[in-house]
Formats: sequence, C-alpha cells, structure tokens
Amino acid sequence: MKIPACRLADLPRGEACRLDSDPPIAVFHTEDGEVYAIDDTCTHQDASLSDGWLEGCEVECPLHASKFDLRTGGVDSPPAKRPVRTHQVLVEDGMVYVLPSPTPCAAVHRAEGRA
Amino acid sequence: MKTVAVVGASLAGLSAARSLREQGYDGRLVLIGGEPHRPYDRPPLSKEFLAGEIDEDALALEAEGEDLAAVWELGVRAVGLDTGSWAEHHVRLADGRSVRAHGIVIATGAAARTLPASERLDGVHVLRTLDDARALRADLARGGRLVVVGGGFIGAEVASTARRLGLDVTVVEAAPTPLAGPLGTQMGSLVSRLHADHGVRLLCGTGVRALAGTGRVEAVVLDDGRRLGADTVVVGVGARPGTDWLAGSGLDLDDGVRCDAAGRTNIPGIVAVGDCAAWYEPAVGAHRRVEHWTGARERPAAAVAALLSGGRGVPEPPRPPYFWSDQYGSRIQFAGYAAEADSVTVEEGAAADRSFLAVYRSAGRPVAVLGLNQTRLFTRWRRRLATAEARTAG
Repeated sequence: MKIPACRLADLPRGEACRLDSDPPIAVFHTEDGEVYAIDDTCTHQDASLSDGWLEGCEVECPLHASKFDLRTGGVDSPPAKRPVRTHQVLVEDGMVYVLPSPTPCAAVHRAEGRA
Repeated sequence: MKTVAVVGASLAGLSAARSLREQGYDGRLVLIGGEPHRPYDRPPLSKEFLAGEIDEDALALEAEGEDLAAVWELGVRAVGLDTGSWAEHHVRLADGRSVRAHGIVIATGAAARTLPASERLDGVHVLRTLDDARALRADLARGGRLVVVGGGFIGAEVASTARRLGLDVTVVEAAPTPLAGPLGTQMGSLVSRLHADHGVRLLCGTGVRALAGTGRVEAVVLDDGRRLGADTVVVGVGARPGTDWLAGSGLDLDDGVRCDAAGRTNIPGIVAVGDCAAWYEPAVGAHRRVEHWTGARERPAAAVAALLSGGRGVPEPPRPPYFWSDQYGSRIQFAGYAAEADSVTVEEGAAADRSFLAVYRSAGRPVAVLGLNQTRLFTRWRRRLATAEARTAG
C-alpha cells in the first residue's frame, strides 16, 4: 500500500504533517531536507508526535518530552521506553508517499502461526 | 577521574549517570539513593498512578536491559560531604560507610514542605515519593471529603484525580490567585477556573491555621476561622531543596546548591543538578532553582560535560525552563520566565473555551509562553523562544 501524504512543496523544512491512517503516521521534513515517517502516537502516552519539537533527526514528544530517532524509531530519551515504528517514504514527482510497515504485533502472530 | 559518585537516584541523578557514560567516562560510577527503589518517574504519581490506572512497573525510568556499569547504593542516605582537594572527596552515608570519589554530582532533589502537626494525624499526606503516592492512593480509595492545602500544580493535579475518583474536593490557596508564581496573576486565575468547571471548590486568600482531629484528621481550620470537614488532607505547599546533608561542606548554599550556568559549584570536581540546584540563569541574571522534570532530564548533560572537562568545557546554554501539567483532562504547558514579563496577551483561542495560547513579553520581546490545550502552537512558540534566547546568550 502506498499512501499519498502531501506535496513536498507544501511541507516546509522543520515541519510535520499527520496522516489519519490506522494507526496515524507522522511525516517529518527535516532542516537538512530529509523526509521521514514514523507512527504518530507516542508510545508513552497519547500524544501526537507531529505536534512535537523537531531537531535534526529527532522529534521530542510535545507532552512529556520523550525523544525518538526518526531514522530508527528508537527512544533517545525517557519517559517512553518502547520504540515507534518507522515507515518507508518515497518522493515521486514532487509528491510524498508513505509505505506503511506491517504492524509488529501482526508480524509476531504470523511468526507464531508458522511455528 | 577514577570514581564519580552521583548522589541522588531519581531523574536528575539517572540522567547524570547516563550522560557520564555517553560522554565517555569509563571509570567507577557509584549511584547513591536515599529511597530503596530503582529510579522512577514522578509526574504520574499525582495522576495515572494515583488514579490506579498504571502500576509501579510503568514508572520505571530505566530501559529494559539498561546497564550503566554502576555500583548502586539504594536505601541509604548521604548524610555528609567532606570536600578535600580537587582530587578527592568523601560522601558519608547514613549506615556509617563512606564513598571516596574524585568527581561528585549532587542530585538530592527536594523534600515536600509540611504543616505543623502533619505527622501526628493519620490521613494527612504530602506527595513527592512513590511511598507517599501509595499511602495517598489507599486513603483516596476510602472516598469522602478531600481538602487540598495549596493550589499549585501538585495540589491541582491531586484535586483533579480525586474528583475523577468521585471524592468531594476543596482546594485552599493562601494567595489571592493560585499559580501566580509560575504563571502570573492573570493567567494563574484563568487556568485555575478549571477547578470550578469540574465541581471542585477553590478557596483563595486564606491560610491554614491548624489541622484538627484526634488520631485521624477531621478538619482543616482556616485563618479566617472557617472549619472544613475532611477525611483526607493533602498538603501541597512547595518543596525545600535536599541540601541539609551538605552543611559544613564548604559548598555555597542559598536555597539550593549555588552553581554557574553549567552546574559547577564553588568547589572543583563537584556539580549539582535537578531540584536541589540553583543554577545561574543568564536570561534573568540571577540564580534560580528550577523544579521541573525537563530541567532534571536535560541539564545533567551540561553539568557532566563541565565535570569531565575539568571546568574548561563551555556547554551550550540550556533551553528555557519548560513544564507541563495535566488537570481535568486539560493540558497546560509553559516555557520561559513569567516573572520577567511586563505584559501577557492571549494570541490564539479564548480563555472561555479553555483553549488558548498566551505570550508573555518584556519590552515587546517574548519571554514566556503558556498553552492550555494548544499543543501544536505551543511547540512552535517554545521553539521560537529557545532560538531567541540562544541568540541573546550568544
């Protein structure tokens, strides 16, 4: 599945937008011009990371200051302990698309099913 | 440095220990904590934990499998500090032992202020530690009437949680308006309307004369003679820095350990972080004790850099103080220095809708920002403030 997010020109550097997918996905355009997509909901408490503080390749949750690495989804700073999922981004003809990852839970279930 | 001792094992102490390892310190690391618990997160103690929505495991600050290669001394308080030459200091522990260290990070936090007679009556609580929260949670489960003494953030969060649990709640605030210190009178008044919105009584402008009861608390007696019947009382009247153990150490103490803008104390090899530390704040030209989670999380990196460089390193200035509070389902966020402002204006939304963004200015220059249910806009303004401040400091 390839979800169109927005036109790259409509997403200035340092800004983020939110896709109302299930679960929601946040797309970030960094100051360096890279585009990343991660799950929008902080793993600590219900807050939207697209509302957060973007610095370099890191976003800080607007609510409780957990930090996530946009490249890996890893937690750089508590109180969050679990990573967020990352998603592949494609830019084609000036349009930003997101290729959502399969959910980790589903992947685990499938693996168990095969075993 | 062969040994660094971090005294205090809460967020500031843990952040300092992490920063030490991240910044390449590979010597002996000793973490000393007065409480028996591993480092835990305090903000949920007045909210989700108090409401019984999350358990103690959810409070843990350490990641699963995290290993700082540290010696943990938990459940033993530091009772004294003998400062020697730059190369060696001794932390004296309550059990008679002593930890010799070449570098010291002081992170002993702050202790809740109490009212006279608080200790001799059951049902009277402060809220600072996990053990405090466990005890209060058990009493709130009895239901009935709760009186919260102090309309600050802790008091307001406890009131909000207790109201949600169905208790009859009254908040007593000595000042004419709650939150006037952190938010200023005008905004403090606007934000504290959340109490009335949710059926919590707010009595302002009167102090507490006494707590009445035999065995268990029965009432709070106000300065104006009114008597409020109470089954449980929470005292949220601020905190004092945990620096008693540093008396006679030679450290400069004045409402906290006085430090420069990177956490360095007046004694080489010793830095201080978190609620017990009064760092010099270039933005206001004075020493301030900043009792916020974010400061305890972020500032230790600068202090550790200063410690490891032997005082030569010049870390970047910290971001402006930031804190949040969740009350009655509303999200309150604040950054900057309200006391510096000569004006404050609501720029987005409306106070009547309980959703607004207000900007504090000094001579036309933004110095602080307050958001009530305005997360996205708040983040942008917080960023602008930090950038403006970095420019000023630079």
